[in-house]
Amino acid sequence: MSAPLLEVSELHAWYGESHVLHGVDLSVNEGEMVCILGRNGMGKTTTLRTIMGILRKRTGQITFAGKDLISVPLHKTAHAGLGFVPEERGIFASLSVEENLMLPPKVADGGMSVDEIFALFPNLKERRNSQGTKLSGGEQQMLAMARILRTGARCLLLDEPTEGLAPVIINAIGDVLRQLKQRGMTVVLVEQNFQFAAKVADRFYLMDHGRMKVEFPVSDLPRQTGLLHRELGV
Amino acid sequence: MTMIFGIPVQALMGQLLIGLINGSFYALLSLGLAVIFGLLRVINFAHGAQYMLGAFVTLLLLSGLGINYWLALVLAPVIVGLLGAVVERTMLSRLYKMDHLYGLLFTFGLALTIEGTFRYFFGASGMPYPQPIQGAVNLGFMFLPLYRGWVVIASMIVCLGVWLMIEKTKLGAYLRAATENPTLVQSFGVNVPMLLTLTYALGAGLAAFTGVLAAPIYQVSPLMGSQIIIVVFAVVVVGGMGSILGAIITGYMLGIVEGLTKVFYPEASSIVIFVIMAIVLILRPAGLFGKDA
Repeated sequence: MSAPLLEVSELHAWYGESHVLHGVDLSVNEGEMVCILGRNGMGKTTTLRTIMGILRKRTGQITFAGKDLISVPLHKTAHAGLGFVPEERGIFASLSVEENLMLPPKVADGGMSVDEIFALFPNLKERRNSQGTKLSGGEQQMLAMARILRTGARCLLLDEPTEGLAPVIINAIGDVLRQLKQRGMTVVLVEQNFQFAAKVADRFYLMDHGRMKVEFPVSDLPRQTGLLHRELGV
Repeated sequence: MTMIFGIPVQALMGQLLIGLINGSFYALLSLGLAVIFGLLRVINFAHGAQYMLGAFVTLLLLSGLGINYWLALVLAPVIVGLLGAVVERTMLSRLYKMDHLYGLLFTFGLALTIEGTFRYFFGASGMPYPQPIQGAVNLGFMFLPLYRGWVVIASMIVCLGVWLMIEKTKLGAYLRAATENPTLVQSFGVNVPMLLTLTYALGAGLAAFTGVLAAPIYQVSPLMGSQIIIVVFAVVVVGGMGSILGAIITGYMLGIVEGLTKVFYPEASSIVIFVIMAIVLILRPAGLFGKDA
C-alpha cells in the first residue's frame, strides 16, 4: 500500500501556556473520508487548526503528500494542497457570494470550475450577487466548501459542517460529500452528529483529552456502538 | 448684488470652493488613515509626517536634481511608500501581536523623530515651492487659481481610484476579507503579511501624494504635517474609523462646512470640525459611516 496522503504523528499543540493536544496520531489515505468523533473540548477542532497551521505553537510531524508541514508558514500550507473549512464558516460580510467564492487563490490544477460548482450548488448561482452573510446557514456552509473546491486542494479539513442546520440541508451536504468522494477528494471531517458521520465516513477516530483513543473502519461500527454510547452519549 | 441669507453670493461661493479645496486634502489624508486602520488596526500617527515628507521630497527633488512637479507627483509617493514599507516590515509588524496602543505610540514616536530631524536640518520656517500651473479662471463669483482647481480634480480622481481598487478588484477583495478575518485569508494561501506591508505603503504613499499637492499652496515646512493631521483625525472620527467611503465623503463634507462657517461665523471656523466631532461622538460613537461596534 502506498504512503498515506496525510500523516500526523506525536502532534502536540498549545494555546498560550495551555497544552491542548497531547500527541495526536492520525493517518489519512488518498481518497479516504475520515471522521474525528469526540465530545466537546476534546481537541477535534484544534487538531484541524493545528494541521492547517493556524495554531502555530506545535511540535511533532505533519506530513502531507510527502512534504513536512511543521515549519511551513500559514500562507504556504494551502499551496501544499490542504483546504480548511472552519466551523464558523468564515463567510466575509464585505464580499458578495461570488467574491467569496473566487477569493481563495488556486493552489493546483484539477479544482472544480465555477460552472461545476454552480451545478453542485444551484442556490449559490442564484444568489451570486448577494452579500455573503445574507445567505442562510446551509448556503453559507455550501459556499465555505465550494470556495475550497475551486482551488484544487486535494484534501479538505471540514469542521462540523452540519452544525445548526436543518435535516434536509444536512442530507444535501451528505450528498455533496459523497460526490466529492467519487471525485477522489480526501476529507478529514470533524463531526458531533454521529448519525450523519456514519453515513459518509470510511473510518473513524475517537478523540479524548487531546489524543486519539481508538481508530476503526466503518465496518466495525456495530461492534463499537457500546464504546461510542459511553463516550459520546449517542 | 445677489444675496443669500444676507451674504453676497460671491463670498458664499468663494468660501464653498475654498472649503472644497481644504476638503480635498482632508479626504486624501483621512482615506490613507482609514485604509491603514482598516487592515492593520494601527492608528497611524506618522501620517502627518509622511504628508510632510511628500512635500519635502518634492522640494528636494526640484532643488537637488531639478526634477519637476509632475514627475515628483509620481516619484515622491513611491519614495515615501517604500520608506513606509521598510518601516512596516522592520518595526511596525513586530507590534501587531501586542496591544493596539503600541502601534499608536510607535507611529507617534516615529512622527516626532522624522519632524525633529527635518527641523534640525531645515529649520521650522516654511519654504516656498513654485506654482506648477500659472493663471486663474474667472468663475463669475471668484477667480479660481488653476492650480487649486487641479488639486480638487486630482484629489477626486485618486480617492475614486482607491475606492474602486478596494471595492472592485481582486486585491481589494483580499483587503476587505483580511480586514474581517486575516487568519482565514492567510489559511487560503494569501500572503497576508505582504498585504499588510503593501497597505501601509499605500497609506504612506497617499499621505505623500497629498503632500506633493500641498507643496505649492502651503509653505513646505517640517511642521506642516502636525498642523493638518489633528483636523484629519477629527475627520476620521466623524466618518468612522476604517470606513473607506466614509473617510472620503466626510473629508470633503467637513472641508465645505469649515468654509461655510468662515462666511457665517468666522470666529468658529477653526473649531467647527471639533464641535461636529464632539456631537457625533455623543450621538453616534462609531462615526457617521462606521459600523456599530
